[in-house]
Amino acid sequence: MAGVEKRRTASSVDTAAVPVPRGPGRARRPRGGGLLRDVKLRTGLGIVGCFALIGLVGPFLVTDVGAIGNAVLRPPSAEHWLGTTQTGQDVFGQLVTATRGSLIVGLVVGLLATVLSVLVGVVGGYLGGRVDEGLSLVSNVVLVIPSLPLVILITNYLDGAGILTIALIISITSWAASARVLRAQTLSVRTRDYVAAARAMGERTWRVVFVEILPNLLPVIASQFVFAIIFAILTEAGLSFLGLGGIDYLTWGTMLYFAQNAQALTVGAWWWFVPPGLSIALVGVGLSLINFSFDELINPRLRAPGVPRRPRTRRRQA
Amino acid sequence: MNYLRRKLLFYLIAVWAAITINFLIPRLMPGSPVDALLGRLQQAGGAVSAEARASLEVMLGHGGQGGLWEQYVGYLGNLLRGDFGISSTYFPTEVSTILGAALPWTLVLVGLCTCLSFALGVTLGMVVGWRRGSRLDHLVPIATFLAAVPYFWLALVLVFLFGSTLRLLPLTGGYEYGTTVGFNWAFIGSALYHALLPAITIVLSSVGGWLLGMRNMMVSTMGEDYVLTAEAKGLRPRRIMITYAARNAVIPSIAGFAISLGFVVSGSIVTEVVFSYPGIGFTLLQAVQNNDYPLMQAVFLVITLTVLGANLLVDLLYAVIDPRTRQAG
Repeated sequence: MAGVEKRRTASSVDTAAVPVPRGPGRARRPRGGGLLRDVKLRTGLGIVGCFALIGLVGPFLVTDVGAIGNAVLRPPSAEHWLGTTQTGQDVFGQLVTATRGSLIVGLVVGLLATVLSVLVGVVGGYLGGRVDEGLSLVSNVVLVIPSLPLVILITNYLDGAGILTIALIISITSWAASARVLRAQTLSVRTRDYVAAARAMGERTWRVVFVEILPNLLPVIASQFVFAIIFAILTEAGLSFLGLGGIDYLTWGTMLYFAQNAQALTVGAWWWFVPPGLSIALVGVGLSLINFSFDELINPRLRAPGVPRRPRTRRRQA
Repeated sequence: MNYLRRKLLFYLIAVWAAITINFLIPRLMPGSPVDALLGRLQQAGGAVSAEARASLEVMLGHGGQGGLWEQYVGYLGNLLRGDFGISSTYFPTEVSTILGAALPWTLVLVGLCTCLSFALGVTLGMVVGWRRGSRLDHLVPIATFLAAVPYFWLALVLVFLFGSTLRLLPLTGGYEYGTTVGFNWAFIGSALYHALLPAITIVLSSVGGWLLGMRNMMVSTMGEDYVLTAEAKGLRPRRIMITYAARNAVIPSIAGFAISLGFVVSGSIVTEVVFSYPGIGFTLLQAVQNNDYPLMQAVFLVITLTVLGANLLVDLLYAVIDPRTRQAG
């Protein structure tokens, strides 16, 4: 659950200070294939792609994960790749099934939160005036109210909600930071000449916002989308760990909840609680790597770490 | 002063919003929390006085008396008097007493850890950004990994390593049961000893984010003309790094500090659960597990108000550090 918010804010402020590239990725870097030459992006996409594949087809390949066996709390073996739980369930099978649950939450929240933040941030930033003041106030208030306690509060009243309901609740509490970033970017884009030209041509407001301005914000929106996914997976894990997760899907957080409740720590069943957390961290790293390359796209100074612009290191040693 | 007035007004609105959300949530939810709660209270063996019932109805709604507006006014009145209702978990203790006992633990633990991890992360980020392209760059993937690890999972792993396997550090609780709570060395010593693992968890899992943010800002700032000027003047690299580059690069991190505080608090809530640390997060879990709605609502409110207060402090500090914010207002 670490760090998403603060990385989001720290890097969001600095992206906000940097001018948007004229077209998404057109600037100094060839599109598509050129971007894929980036090691970070490739590694990130590789990791996330692997997990996505597992989540997509994995559950069809493993046998019934609820099946109780006689082999109780066995360490990893050829038969059970990641050992068994206290009731003899196969941990590997659970991990594969949980991957799907966690990724669904991440994806749904990512989409919903991004749509919300685009509506609030871009529309507010473009229209300005009273509408903007009102929308910024709302997003700033949502931003300072800590989200996990609020989500805990709501889910506890619902008493056994499905995974989609939980995704919905997480989205409602997590769109504000992106809305703020998008508003700042919109403010910088809307003063461009081509926007003035489009308005002078008599284009409708919604067309100016969604056809003229939005494409220029795509790198930023993509980066916020990825953040929202990390945030959602971490929040859902925390929520499930407290026993408040969705009742219809197994997720990584639910696995950790069962492991903790079955005293997996004290009996030393590391194979039960290490894999789910490691999966969360790995997906988080993969998504962060993807985001770093978005950041470098937006802010070219961050690029080419191997070649300092000035031979600073040498001079300091002299 | 305009800046100050605007900030104060904003936080007043935020406090009002938090209180109103807290008021509305139980009223929007299906079912009657009051009836469920009263049933449990009676099972717990206590005769519930009419007064206590009225207080619960004011806090949670579904009382049937009065419209929504009247309920709202009554609710605000109760809050002003510090009356959060009666907890069913710790019946018949009042919620405010429980909160008073739990809050200091969290405030000290999270407060110290956050400052520590911020200082550590920003310093490391400064150096890593300054020496971009050197071997220090290897810290970046490590920081990325640490930032993506859930707090409570790291807590589980640390408990497993230091507690169950090596038996070096205590696993649960905030202090030794033999000691009396108060200002005596035995208590403070054992409290510090028990806080070690939770503190390591929080610092380790939050330091990565600060490091990455600061590094990126540092790299951006190093391209500025005033850094070049400073170099041309022949200033010592150390001075350029700290007084010229880092001083400007740290500004967004401080702005982010305020907002991420809420996140660190969220993370520490779950961490407290792993360590059974006697703070606000553990209290929240108790409330959730027992469906103790008054306690739950009060914990949410207290967490939110604390975070808002800290945010206000950081905002005021920010105005001191970056004079431009004051002028912009």
